[in-house]
Amino acid sequence: MKLTKLLTSAAVALGLATTAMADTTKVGFVYVGPVGDGGWTYEHDKGRQAVEAKFGDKVETTFVESVPEGADAERVITQMALQGADLIFTTSFGYMDPTINVAKKFPKVKFEHATGYKQADNVSVYSARFYEGRAVQGHIAGHMSKTNKVGYIASFPIPEVIRGINSAYIHAKKVNPDIEFSVIWAYTWFDPAKEADAAKALIEQGADVILQHTDSTAPQAAAQAAGNVITFGQASDMGEYAPFPRVSSIIDDWAPYYVARTQAVMDGTWESVSTWDGIGAGMVGIGEISDAVPADVKASALALKESLADGSYHAFTGPLNKQDGSAWLAEGETAADYGDNGLAGLNFYVEGITAEIPN
Amino acid sequence: MDLSAINPVLLIASLMVAATPLLLAAIGELVVERAGVLNLGVEGMMIIGAIAGFAISVETTSPMLGLVAAMIAGAVLSLLFAFLTQFALANQVASGLALTLFGLGLSALMGQSYVGVKPPAMAKLDIPVLSDIPVLGPILFSHDPVLYIGIALTGAVFWFLKKSRGGLILRAVGESHDAAHALGYNVIRVRILAIMFGGACAGLGGAYISLIRVPQWTEGMTAGIGWIALALVVFASWKPWRVLLGAYLFGGINVLQLNLQAAGIAIPVEYLAMSPYLITILVLVIMSADKSGAPASLGRTFHASQ
Repeated sequence: MKLTKLLTSAAVALGLATTAMADTTKVGFVYVGPVGDGGWTYEHDKGRQAVEAKFGDKVETTFVESVPEGADAERVITQMALQGADLIFTTSFGYMDPTINVAKKFPKVKFEHATGYKQADNVSVYSARFYEGRAVQGHIAGHMSKTNKVGYIASFPIPEVIRGINSAYIHAKKVNPDIEFSVIWAYTWFDPAKEADAAKALIEQGADVILQHTDSTAPQAAAQAAGNVITFGQASDMGEYAPFPRVSSIIDDWAPYYVARTQAVMDGTWESVSTWDGIGAGMVGIGEISDAVPADVKASALALKESLADGSYHAFTGPLNKQDGSAWLAEGETAADYGDNGLAGLNFYVEGITAEIPN
Repeated sequence: MDLSAINPVLLIASLMVAATPLLLAAIGELVVERAGVLNLGVEGMMIIGAIAGFAISVETTSPMLGLVAAMIAGAVLSLLFAFLTQFALANQVASGLALTLFGLGLSALMGQSYVGVKPPAMAKLDIPVLSDIPVLGPILFSHDPVLYIGIALTGAVFWFLKKSRGGLILRAVGESHDAAHALGYNVIRVRILAIMFGGACAGLGGAYISLIRVPQWTEGMTAGIGWIALALVVFASWKPWRVLLGAYLFGGINVLQLNLQAAGIAIPVEYLAMSPYLITILVLVIMSADKSGAPASLGRTFHASQ
């Protein structure tokens, strides 16, 4: 008798506990680098902090940093779901399949995967049109380069990175027909020593503009040591290297999206969506263009930014050919987001880039 | 493809820089393992050295003090490992792994206020006249002092292990701690000293990354070099000059493959990216065909009563 009573009260207590818990919304974040990387993960964590600041006690956020892409990610995401997370943001391309796999096992948990393309009933995808920012960088790079050589530190050969290289190249070429791009694939998102070595190799071979699609500030330091090389902040402002070598930056602003999605879960209005916003919606910001850039270049770069923001200009506007010379976009045609040759699955360089994309 | 864009002189000079942290960490671990202790905490000690060296040199504006602090920090952290394995007789593999995890976490905590700070620059050892010699000058005579310390240390460790009485005792401890104990040598003391030496070297290697090679502090910035150092010691069959060769090979091919990529050579990037690992392992495995094995007591715990 006593045992039953004990069990009942335990059950009641447990019930009470769960209802008390239900008031707080648990939001989990999975990061690919450390929160102190000064770039990609740093900005995602700022988004997480914005969620905490906005909802206070009503929300409980957790995060796991430096999670390798692949099987380990699946374990981490599963663990978060098991611990009762209501909403989980997985913030790197390589978490795509793990997120989908875990989402199947936890139909009641909402998932949000960044920069991927696989959606499900409880998995939204969201990304930013970084290539719009790359267009502005390419424009400045084309004007500023004296050696006509731009070095590009790329991470992995995925559509997001290839879009960036294409966009930067197109807009550099537009203002400087002699421009050449050298691309190094680092096969990492975050490895300061390797990123520094890659930057040094590019600089030693004559590049005087370094663009990076990796997350640490190491290339900035390498450019600073070289003395006559300009760089751009990646994912975060990297303003500590302004005004020189860092002359501008692409800033990811995830906070409004994270707040809105958390709100949707609280209100019970969350639906699986595909979000892809750019400069116009504020998801991509252009960091201050420093005084190292001549005033007329700065003005034309800002004009380009405005035209991208209000939609009057698309970063991929024809005529554009693929690298092999075959036609991609006709005169005045703009690239579609999805479908064959669409931006979401972009896997080729535009005409003029001499390097090859690794398979 | 434009191979002429690669300047071989600059290439060799920068491969020496890329190889130095690996060399420092590996030469320290070599001494530890020759004393019969397997410390898997190299990565943790490196990253602690990286942040300690960075923090001290920022605060004091002296890179030299930073390097000294990094060595002390690495050695202090290794004492934790020494206590666990030599007095508490804990499993060395588990303790080493714990040390790495602890080091990574602690460094992130210590480094919070140093993200984005720039360290004072380390002056290069520009030897007048000598550094102006074409070709040889930039390669041999215009580096930072730590790079030369790395090479000198390799020679010193070689001499110590091969020629000195202390080295003989250390090797005896590593080969058979029971025999060394029976001869009256203090096995625990020898091992603790070796562990501390390994910690100091790893710390210096870490600080080399954060102060000279990159130079800045970011969390997790050693990015696995400690693990490569551990593997290097094994593939170099516990011989100092082979460690030097392996480190230069690995660092060199790494820098070379980045340069080849930048020059747009028509080798698939995947092959280039794996080449440092493949070639280093291949060369060292072929060299170690003479069957020189691991120290016989490697990884075994010692207690005088057993």
